[in-house]
Amino acid sequence: MSTRSLVTGNAAAAWGARLAEVDYIPAFPITPQTEIIETIAHWIDGGEMDARFTMLESEHSMLTAAGAAAATGVRVFTATSSQGLLYAMEMLYTVAGWRVPLVLVNVSRGVAAPITLEADHQDVLAARDSGFLQIHCATCQEVLDFTLLAFRLAEDARVRLPVIVNLDGFHLSFTREPVDIPDIAAVREFLPPFDAGTTRFRASAPVSQAVAVLGGTPYSYFRYETHLAAQNALVVFDEIAGVFAKALGREYAMLETYRSDDAEVVFLMIGSFATKARQAVDRLRETGWSIGLVRPRLLRPFPAAALRRALAGKRAVAVIDQNLSMGMGGVLHSEAAAALYGTSGAPPILASFVGGLGGRDLPLEELFEIAAVAREAARSGVCPPPRLLFTEGELREVRKLQAVAHMERHALGDES
Amino acid sequence: MSDRFQRMKDLPSAHLLGAGTSMCAGCGGLLALKELYDVLGPRTVIVNAAGCMTLLSVYPFTPFRGSWLYTSMASAPAGAQGVRDALDVLLAKKRIPPEEDLAAVVLSGDGAAYGMGLSATSAAIERGLDFLYICYDNEGYANTGQQASGATPFGARTATSRGPRGFPGAKKDLFAIWVAHRPAYVATVIASEPLDLARKIEKAAAIKGPRLILALAPCPTGWEYDPRETAEVGRLAVKTGIWPLKEYADGRIVHTKPPRERAPIEEYLKLQGRFAHLFRPARNESLLAEIQARVDAYWAGVSA
Repeated sequence: MSTRSLVTGNAAAAWGARLAEVDYIPAFPITPQTEIIETIAHWIDGGEMDARFTMLESEHSMLTAAGAAAATGVRVFTATSSQGLLYAMEMLYTVAGWRVPLVLVNVSRGVAAPITLEADHQDVLAARDSGFLQIHCATCQEVLDFTLLAFRLAEDARVRLPVIVNLDGFHLSFTREPVDIPDIAAVREFLPPFDAGTTRFRASAPVSQAVAVLGGTPYSYFRYETHLAAQNALVVFDEIAGVFAKALGREYAMLETYRSDDAEVVFLMIGSFATKARQAVDRLRETGWSIGLVRPRLLRPFPAAALRRALAGKRAVAVIDQNLSMGMGGVLHSEAAAALYGTSGAPPILASFVGGLGGRDLPLEELFEIAAVAREAARSGVCPPPRLLFTEGELREVRKLQAVAHMERHALGDES
Repeated sequence: MSDRFQRMKDLPSAHLLGAGTSMCAGCGGLLALKELYDVLGPRTVIVNAAGCMTLLSVYPFTPFRGSWLYTSMASAPAGAQGVRDALDVLLAKKRIPPEEDLAAVVLSGDGAAYGMGLSATSAAIERGLDFLYICYDNEGYANTGQQASGATPFGARTATSRGPRGFPGAKKDLFAIWVAHRPAYVATVIASEPLDLARKIEKAAAIKGPRLILALAPCPTGWEYDPRETAEVGRLAVKTGIWPLKEYADGRIVHTKPPRERAPIEEYLKLQGRFAHLFRPARNESLLAEIQARVDAYWAGVSA
C-alpha cells in the first residue's frame, strides 16, 4: 500500500533514496539541497534507514567518495546544488569515466557571479557533457519516481553510468505537493538489489580501475564506449519505464507531450516551470489557440528522435531556456536545433527565449506573449531574434539599485 | 621493536611489485614503494592522486598484485574514504566475508600531500578514517619537470626558481601538520634505510586509523644527479640530518635513527645539480651557512 502525503521536492528525493535502499550517502550541505541530506541523516539516526552517511569537507571529495564507494560495489546516493556541482565538476567527468552507477540529485540553482541562492538551470547544464545522464523533474512526484528510475537506469548492464536527477531549487525543493510514496515491496519489484557486476574491489579478485591510457587510440575507444552506453539509455529508459508503470502505476515517457499532438505552436522547455506552461496552454486553448507543450524529461541522453516525432509538422516552436550560454544563448534551443536541422517535418520556426534566471519568475503573461510571438512568426515565416526576458519594470528596479549604490558611495566620500 | 625485521637479511628477497614500470631510472620513490609494498602486501586498494606514480598503472599493465584506483590530484583521501566506507557497509551487511576485506592506501606525491590534497587529507584524519597515506616526497612537481612545490627545500633550484638563491621558501613541515591532527601513526622513511622502513610499515599496517608514511624520494631527474647515486643521496640525507627518521605514535615523537655524528650538509648538497649554484661559480657561504643553521636548529630542538 502506498501512502499519499504532502512533501517537499527535497523530501521526495530523500524518499527516493530511502526506498532505493541505498547503502551509502556521502554528503555536503548547500542551499537549497541541504534538507535532503538532513532528512536522510535523521532517518539513519532513527534506525529507519540501514545506510552509512559520511559528511565530507567539499563536494569534490563528496563525489570522489561517491564514485569510489560505487567502484567498491555498493549503491550510492548523493546530492548537491549550484556551486557545489561546479566544485565537484572534475569528479563528475572522472567518475562517469569509471562507469560506476550512482545517483546524484541536483537541486538546481543559479551560479556565481553574482552569487545567488535561487533557481535556474545553469549549474546542471554545466554538467551536460560530463557523462552523467540527466533526468529533469517538474513535480515532487517525479522527483521521487525518477530517483528510483535513475538507479535502475544507472545499474543496467547496457548503461553503467551515473545519473543526475534534477529538480528546481525553491520551486520544487521547498514546495509541498501531494506525493504518492510507494510501498517498499512495490519498489523492490521494480528495483532489484544492487549488483556490482565486475565493478568492485575484493581481496580475492584484484582489479585496477580508472587507470591511465597512453595515446588517442585507447582514449578514444573508452570515450566512444561511454557515449554509446549513454545512447543505450534511450532504449533502456523506455523498457524500465514500462516495468515502473506495471510495478508502481505511473507512466513516464522520456518526453512529456501535453496537448501538442494537434498543436500548431508548441512550448519546449525542461523543469518545473513547464507546469506553468501547461496552465498557459489550457488558458490559450480555451480561447481557441492551437498550442501545446513538449518537455524532455531525459536530457542526457538527448531524446532527439522522440523530439523530432513530437515536433514534426509544427508551425512554430518556442524554446524557453532557464540558462544562458554566454555568447551563444539558450542551451536547449541549440540542442533542439541540432536535433531538428535538416529533418523532414522540422518546424520552420524555432524561436529562443531566455528567462527564469536566478529565481526570476516566468509569469503567465510572459508565456502568453511568447506564444503570440511564436504564432506571429509562424504566420510571417520570419524567426524572431533570441529574446532575453526582462521587463521595463525590472529595468527600473535595477536602475533604482544602481542609484542607491551610487549614493552610498557618495556618502562615504568617494567622489569618483 | 619489530620481531619480523631484526636484521637486513630479514627483509624480503623477492619484490612483490612488478618490474618494468615507466618511472625514471634511479627513482627513489619507486624504490621506497617496492620496499613497502613487500610488507603491505596485495590485500590493498592503492588509491592514487595525480603525480609521477599515476603512470605506474597504464592500460593494460600494472605492477601491483592488489587493486588500484586513480582518483584526482586533490581528493585521493576522499577516495580512500569511499572505498573504506563501502567495504565496511559490505562487511556489516554480510555481503562479503571478512577475508574479502582490503586496506585502503593512498599513494601520492608531495604536490598532492603537501598542497592540493591537504584539505581532503585533514578532513580524512579528522574523521578518523582507517587508512594509510603513503607520500613519495621528491620535493617538487616532478612529474611536470620539477617546479617548486610546498615540499621544496630552501635554496633548491627548481624549474620555477632558477635564480642564484634558488627557492626562497621553506619546506612545509607535513609531519608536524599530521601530528597536530593527533592521528594513529606518522613516520618518515627513506628507501636507503630499508630496515627502518620495513619496521615502520609493519607497525603502521597493524594499527587502525589515519596513518602517514612520508618517504623522502631522491629524484635523479629533478634533483639532477646520476641515477646510480640514489642510495648515496638518501644515505647522506639521513647522515647530514636534513631528513630526520622519526615516528609519532601514542602521542610521542621518537627519532628512530638519529645520526650519531651529523655530517656537514654540503656533503648532501654537492651531489645534486639543484644545489650546484651554492658551489659554482663560487661558494655561496652565507646560503650554505643558512641551510646548515636550519638543520642545526632542528636537531637543537630534539631531545635525545
